[in-house]
This record gives sequence, structure tokens and C-alpha cells, in this order.
Amino acid sequence: MTEATILLDPTSERSGAIRARRAPPPSLDGLTVGLLDISKGRGDVFLDRLQSLFAERGIDVERFAKPTFAKKAPDEVSAAIAERCDVVVEALAD
Amino acid sequence: MAMPLPNDGLLLVVKRDCPTCQLIAPVARDLAQRGLLAGLFSQDDPDFPEGLQVIDDRELEASFALDVEIVPSLIRRQGGHDAGRAIGWHRGEWQNLSGIDGLGADLPEERPGCGSLSVAPGMAEELLVRFGETGIRARDVEVHFPEDPVEQMFDRGWTDGLPVVPPTPARVLRMLAGTSRAPGDIVGAIPPGFETCTVEKAAINAVMAGCRPDYLPVVLAALDAALDPDFAWSGLLSTTMGAGVAVLVNGPIAKRIGMNAGLNALGHGNRANSTIARALQLIAINVGGAAPGGVDRSTLGHPGKRGMAFAEDESDPAWQPLAVARGLQPGTSAVTVFGFCGTSINNDEKARDAEGLTGSIATCLNATYHPRFAGGGIGAMLVLSGEYWRIYRGSGWDRARIETALHEATRRAPDKVEQGYVGVHEGGDETGLVAKFAPGDLLVVRAGSSAGLFSTIIQGWGSGPRGSQPVTREVIP
Repeated sequence: MTEATILLDPTSERSGAIRARRAPPPSLDGLTVGLLDISKGRGDVFLDRLQSLFAERGIDVERFAKPTFAKKAPDEVSAAIAERCDVVVEALAD
Repeated sequence: MAMPLPNDGLLLVVKRDCPTCQLIAPVARDLAQRGLLAGLFSQDDPDFPEGLQVIDDRELEASFALDVEIVPSLIRRQGGHDAGRAIGWHRGEWQNLSGIDGLGADLPEERPGCGSLSVAPGMAEELLVRFGETGIRARDVEVHFPEDPVEQMFDRGWTDGLPVVPPTPARVLRMLAGTSRAPGDIVGAIPPGFETCTVEKAAINAVMAGCRPDYLPVVLAALDAALDPDFAWSGLLSTTMGAGVAVLVNGPIAKRIGMNAGLNALGHGNRANSTIARALQLIAINVGGAAPGGVDRSTLGHPGKRGMAFAEDESDPAWQPLAVARGLQPGTSAVTVFGFCGTSINNDEKARDAEGLTGSIATCLNATYHPRFAGGGIGAMLVLSGEYWRIYRGSGWDRARIETALHEATRRAPDKVEQGYVGVHEGGDETGLVAKFAPGDLLVVRAGSSAGLFSTIIQGWGSGPRGSQPVTREVIP
């Protein structure tokens, strides 16, 4: 009656690492901004506008796109952003 | 072990609830009086056989250690090993083992024994957990009386909102016996967290879902299909559109495990139909971390998100099963996974011929997502009921003819649709019409009872290469 019931853990038995958010740079001067379009409807409109606003301020911009919002970004897209950009803006929603 | 087994001498294992054990009680007494019995174990009553020094084996520890399958078992031990064994009563064998001639002279020559309590259904796994090495690698979570394990699992966030079956080690061992795959085999990385899932973790969640062990090969095949990148399971698990996984089962496995392809096939009441896809969703929740409000952002969701599985009605040889249409050999057990956002019914009780019925179904199919959406990226699975199929069959139509007719009937003039919904087939085809469904995005299957002029449209999620494509896999035993 007092015996414990043993349940087997159905989870991955891992807890996600919580990383502190990286502090925003004090200035974008000299930095490259990545703009990631995840292929949601009208995401490009939002990013086009951002690109022109950055350009007015003389900030370098690189454009990237996921083939589809339904799947995670291909590794080469993630790697290219990491290699070539200092900060990134991702247009998430429709 | 509470009491170590004698390394040498004769051991006898009996239970009172066995006529053969009762029959040989005088022989046990004879052997004991001669000082030949190094151990006498009773599985159900330590006072049986009466008047003898009996070792209480109601915990079945000795029976498990001695691998007893039948009682009585007379075992000759030598140096800690089995040197001979008589199962049931057989005078010659007992005489050979004991070296006593004329043993049980009043008894018949032989009598079969009874099943050992240690091999009663479900007991083998319980004893392995208590006294053996299970090989299970998952962490133990202890629930102490009077805590309720079912409530504990709710508190830990391990459920889909309905109660789940406590995954005790014995239940998980029984589940693992349902597959030939090793418990440590890696099934894949489960989205949305892309956490590694082993066969053992899948089995734990299958227990929780309420699956029987013989469903596990179907669960594993469905899991393998869902992990194909073409299925985009991560997208299905995170979309605001609220998508679930439908699992269609083809081939002999469906009947073998008692799946329902008939009356209420898409509904409740059948254990396999109700639990196979539920196991997938629990794996996504528990291993992949797909919690509603976390990565799962469903605006509304739908009841089928808990998981819907059904078998295709393959009773009419004139109907080509979906798995065969998708390239597998007839008679192959297979699953097809399909991402879906709910079901709707098509009801036409005035339909009498194939052409009219096609027009009727097409009108409803065209409403998938929105009547003005067309041009690809839209998926649907049409489930033809018995009466609808009877009409088509009576007109001499087969799967290919039905599919072609539905594709033609769902095309629309460009001004009637919002073209290029997700950029496929913009501008219409050579006829100037825009197809509602891209090739392969409309699946037609057979299920349901023979009564009722209804069919069901299972509405897909974004389909095609940029969305979720159906995936078919053979079921490996």
C-alpha cells in the first residue's frame, strides 16, 4: 500500500538552456544588418521598407529568405547570416 | 534475493491451485523425508504441501530466478546451475532426477502440470522489473501513496488534456515487446524542439496514449513518416492554423490490430483508431516540447489535433487502396500521414450518378480554406463512404477516374479565384482554368459504413513542397 508507483519519464529529459538576451549594440554604425524574409505573405513589404530606412542612414543591409515559413531555415541560410551580419531582423508574421 | 537459492540438490516448485501439484504432494513428502529436497517452493500457499518445510514464494522471486514455466517443476541443481528438470509429473523423469526407484508408486505414470504463476499474462514483465535487469534507460519518477499517478501526470504537463495511462516499467516492457526494434534505436529528432527520440521513449508515450503493444509498429511507422522533411511536422506543430496529424492505415495490419474502417471510422469507440495518432501527439508534446501556448500557436485548434487514425476500407477489390496508389505493393501494411485542420461533411442525398456526385463533392472541395483560394498549396483528403462509392462503382468508375474527374470539376475560371495563393500554377493551365489542387494534393480514400449518402473532407494544411506533403511508409513488424 505504501509502495511507490514508478513512472518512466516520457520527456526528452533535457531542459532548454536559457540564455541571456544579447545586449543591443549602442549604434549600428559600421555594422551589417541582415533582413530575413520567412516567406510569409507581405513580409517582403515590411522588409523593403526597413531596407530603405536603413539605406537612408547609410547602414549596410543583406537580404536573406527561407524557402518556406513551414519549415526551419536551411542550415546554409542560418550560417550565411551568422557569417555576414552583426544583427538580424526577422519578419515573422503575415 | 531474499533467500539465496541452494546451489546443489533437488528443488521443487508447486502451487496449491494445481491438481497435479496436489497429486504429487505425497511424493514431495517422500523426497523430503529422505532428505533429498534442498528447497520446496510454493507459489500461492506457504502451508502447502502440509507438514513440510515450505519456502514462501508468493513474490515469485525463486520461480522467476529458476525460470519456471510449469508447476510442478522438479529441478536438479549442481554448482549453481540447472543440471536437469522434470516438468509436470512423469515418474520416469522424477526417478532419474532423484535416483529413487518406485517413486509415487500409487500415482499414474504421468500427468501434465499447470501454468506457473510467474508466467501468467503480464507477470513476466512485472517480475523482470522487480528481480531482473530491464535495460530501460528512462528516468524513474516515483509517485508515493496517496498521490494519484494520473493527477501527477497532469501536474507535470505530460498529457494532451485527457488522462493518460501511467507508463510503469512493466507496461513499457510489454509495449516494447510489440516491435522487433531495439529500445535504444533512435527514431529521429522530434520537432519543434528537435529532441532525440528512441524507440523506448516512443513506447512510453504509446503506453500513455492507451495503445496496445501490437499497435507500436504502426506508431513507429507513422512517426518515421511524420519525421520526413516533406511532412514539415515542425510547421504543423507550431502553426496558427491549428493542424493535427491524421494517420491512414492500409494493408493486413489494420485488421490484425482491429482497426475500424467502417461505421464511425473517423469517430470514437475503437481503441486503435483512438490511440495511434494520439501517441504521435504525446511524443510531440513530451519529447518535442509542443505545448499549446509555447511553440504551438494554434489560433483555434480542432478536436482532431489529439490525433486521428483510421483504416481504409479495402473490402472491395475494385477499389485501389491509397498505399497502392502511392506506389506500395498490394497487401503491404502501410501508414500515410496527412496534416489536417479539421473535417467537414459533404451531404448529397439526391446524388444518383457519378457525374452529379462529382459536381456535388467538387462544390464542397472548392470551399477548402476559402472558395476563392486556388492554384495549389491546398490539400484535402476525401473520404468516400459506402454509398458514394456504390454510385461511382455502379457507373464503372475507379480511383483514377474519380480523381481525374474531381480535379477537372474543381478547376475555376481565373476571375473566380484568388490566383497563386502560395505561388503555384499561377495563370491557369492550358484550358485557361485554375486548378484548386495541385497534382497529389487531393487524396481520395474509402471508409465509413454502407448506409448514408455522406462523405467527409479532411481539410489539409498548406500542402506541396512549401508546406506539408502526405508521406507513406511501410509498417515494419
